[in-house]
Amino acid sequence: MQITSDQFNRLSAAALSNEQLRTAFSRASSGFIDKRKAAIARITNFDELRTSAAAIKDHTLAQLDYYLEQFSEQARANGAQVHLARDGEELNSLVIDLAKRHNVRQINKGKSMVSEETRLNQALRQANMEVTETDLGEYILQLAEEQPSHIIAPAIHKTREEIAALFHKRHGKGYKEEAAELVEEARRILRKTYLSATMGITGANFLIAENGAMMLVTNEGNGDLCASLPPIHLVVTGIEKVIPSMKDAFALLRLLTNSATGQAITSYVTVIRAPARKDDSDGPTQLHYILLDNGRSKIRQSKYRSILRCIRCGACLNHCPVYSAVGGHSYGSVYPGPLGAVLTPLLADRKKAAELPNASSFCGRCEQVCPVAIPLVELMRQLRNDQHKENSLGQGWGIAIYMKIARSSFSYRLFIAALRVWLRLANRFPPILAIAKVLPPLRAWTEWRQLPQPQNNDSYRFK
Amino acid sequence: MVAQQAIIPRVALFVTCIVELLRPSVITASIKLLTDAHYRVVIPPRQTCCGQPGYNSGNRAAARSLAARTIRLLQPYERVILPSGSCAAMIINHYPKLFSDETADEAMKEQAERLAAKTHELTSFLVHSSSPKTGKATATSSLGYHHSCSCLRELNIKDEPLQLLQRRCRIDAKPLKETCCGFGGVFCIKYPRISTRMADDKLNEALNLGVTTLTSADMGCLVQLAGRARKCRHPLSFYHISEVLSGQWREPSLGSI
Repeated sequence: MQITSDQFNRLSAAALSNEQLRTAFSRASSGFIDKRKAAIARITNFDELRTSAAAIKDHTLAQLDYYLEQFSEQARANGAQVHLARDGEELNSLVIDLAKRHNVRQINKGKSMVSEETRLNQALRQANMEVTETDLGEYILQLAEEQPSHIIAPAIHKTREEIAALFHKRHGKGYKEEAAELVEEARRILRKTYLSATMGITGANFLIAENGAMMLVTNEGNGDLCASLPPIHLVVTGIEKVIPSMKDAFALLRLLTNSATGQAITSYVTVIRAPARKDDSDGPTQLHYILLDNGRSKIRQSKYRSILRCIRCGACLNHCPVYSAVGGHSYGSVYPGPLGAVLTPLLADRKKAAELPNASSFCGRCEQVCPVAIPLVELMRQLRNDQHKENSLGQGWGIAIYMKIARSSFSYRLFIAALRVWLRLANRFPPILAIAKVLPPLRAWTEWRQLPQPQNNDSYRFK
Repeated sequence: MVAQQAIIPRVALFVTCIVELLRPSVITASIKLLTDAHYRVVIPPRQTCCGQPGYNSGNRAAARSLAARTIRLLQPYERVILPSGSCAAMIINHYPKLFSDETADEAMKEQAERLAAKTHELTSFLVHSSSPKTGKATATSSLGYHHSCSCLRELNIKDEPLQLLQRRCRIDAKPLKETCCGFGGVFCIKYPRISTRMADDKLNEALNLGVTTLTSADMGCLVQLAGRARKCRHPLSFYHISEVLSGQWREPSLGSI
C-alpha cells in the first residue's frame, strides 16, 4: 500500500493553520459524535452487543481459512466467481484482465476502501478504462483529484462552498450553492453513467460464508445501481470481511450503522447472492469476487490480529482529538485516525508509517466507542514497543535515562532536586532557558507553553 | 494506646513524580484528606516513578523493572493511594499486563494483581471507602473541573471528584467537555502543535464558561493547561483537586513564578 505518512508532521502543521479545514471539520465531526451518542443511547444493551460482536469476529478470524473456503464454495454454487488476490498489484491486474476479456471500457464504482488501498482507479485509467465514482463524496474527490480523508465520509474535509465552486468549474452548469441543488446536479450526471457502464465495481460490508452472499449498505443507493445495472458486477473487498452467518451479519450491521452515522439502519441494505438467473428480467449476468489479502493473513497471525475485527464504521476517527485537529490527509494513508495508526504500519512500510502510532495522546476515546471493542490504545502501544526494540537508543533516550534514574531512590531524588533548581533558574533568568533550548524536548515545550515552576514548599521531605 | 492504634486503618501514599517535582502541597493536602477520613497515612520512603513514561513510549522493559521495584516496595501495605488518575491506572490496569505478555512471569503477575486490587486513586477512594467530611461553603471564583482521560476512561471515575467538591466545599464545579487536554506524556513534546491546539480548545471552553479556576485529579493535565494559559496570559488559576478539597487554594496557583 502506497503511503505518504512520513510527511505527517509537515501535513499536520499545514492542516492546523488551515481555517477552512477547521470549519469543515468542526461542523461534520461534532455532527457524527452527537448522532452516534443519540443512537447508542437508544440501544439498551450496547456493551453486550459489542462483546458478542467482538467474539463473532474473533471466532471467524481464528478460522478464517475455513470460512473463506465455505464462502467461496457457496458463492460458486450460486453462480459467482471467486478470486483471491495476494496483494494490490495482483488485484489490479485481475480487475484489468476481467475488464479486457469482456471489452469493458466504462466502469462505475461504489465506495471501496480496498480499491483505494490498491490504487485501482489509477491502474484502470492507465489501462485506458474510464472510471466514474458514484458515491457522492468519492465523486467530488474524483473531480477535485484528491484522496479521501475519512473512511465513510470521504469528502468531509470539503466545505459546501468549495464543492459549489468545484461543480461550477467542472460541470459548467452555472453556480449553485444550495446542498439540494448540488446533489441534484451530481445525481443527473451520474445517472447517465449507470446506464452506459459495462462493469460495476463495489465493495462489500460483509461476506457471508453460510450462503455465499454479500451485504452492501449505502444511503445513496449508488452501490445498488452499480451492482444491478451493468452486465458485470465485481466485488472487491478484504478477506477479513467474511463472517459465518446472516444472523451474525445483521448483528454487526446494527452496530455499524449506529456507530457510523447514528442511523438505526441505512437507506439501503442489499444482500446479493448470485448473478441474474434465466428468468430474471434484469441484473448482471456475471458476479465476481476478488478478495484481497495484502498482508491481512500476516496480521491475523500476529499480536495485532484484533485490528481485523474492524467493520469500518469510522467512529474512532470521529472521536479522535488528533484526527479532528489535523484531518485525514495528514496521515498520508487511505486509513487515517486511530484505525489507520494501527493498520497503516501493518499493511504498508512500517518505517514510513512510524509517526502514526506515536501521534496519539492515548486519551482512549477511540477504543471506548469502537463497536467491536478493538483495544486500539494497546495496539498502538505495542507498535511503539516494536519501534523501540528496533531502534535502541536512537530515540527515547531521554525517557530511558529517566527510567534508569528512577530505579534508585538516591539518584532519583538527586535528579529531582537538580531539576527543581534548574527550573527555578530557567524561569528567572532567560539566558539559562535559552541555552537549554538546544534540547528538542525543552524547545518543543517552551515554544508553546511556559516552563513549569516548582512550588516553594518544603512541607514534605523524602528520605 | 496500642489497641487504639490497631483500629486506625493504614494507607500508603504514592505521591508520583510530577507532584514531588512541582507541587508538594498535593502531598500535605492528600494526607489531610485521608486523615480526615480516619486513615493513618504512611509514605513509603524509597518510592520513585511507576514506570508509565517508559510504558507508553514503548520501553516496556524499563517499565517492567520499575513496576517490579514498585510492587516490591508497596507489598507491605494494605492500601495504596495515588493523587493521580494516570499513575493509579498504570498500577491498577497495566501492571498485570506488563507481566502477562511475551515475558509471562506468573509469580510477578500474581503480585501485580494483588497490588492492583489494593490500589486506588485518591478521589474515588475518598468517596467509596469513607464518608467524607461535610464542609462549609468556600468563597469561590467560578471553579471548572477537567476530567483527565485516565480517570474517565481507564478508571471510570467521573462523578466522584464533583461529588467531593459538592460535599466538602459546597461548590458545583463546572465540568468541561470530556475531551483530552493534549498532555499525553511524551505526546505533548513530540507533537507540540497538535497538543497546543487541544489545550487551546480546552482553555477557550473554560473561558467561555466563565471559569476562573480550573482543577483536576491529574497533575499532567494541569501542568499542560497551566503552562499554555500562562503563555497566553489567560486569567485562570490552576489547582490540584486535593488542594481545593483541603482548602489549600490560597497558595499561589500552579504556574505562578
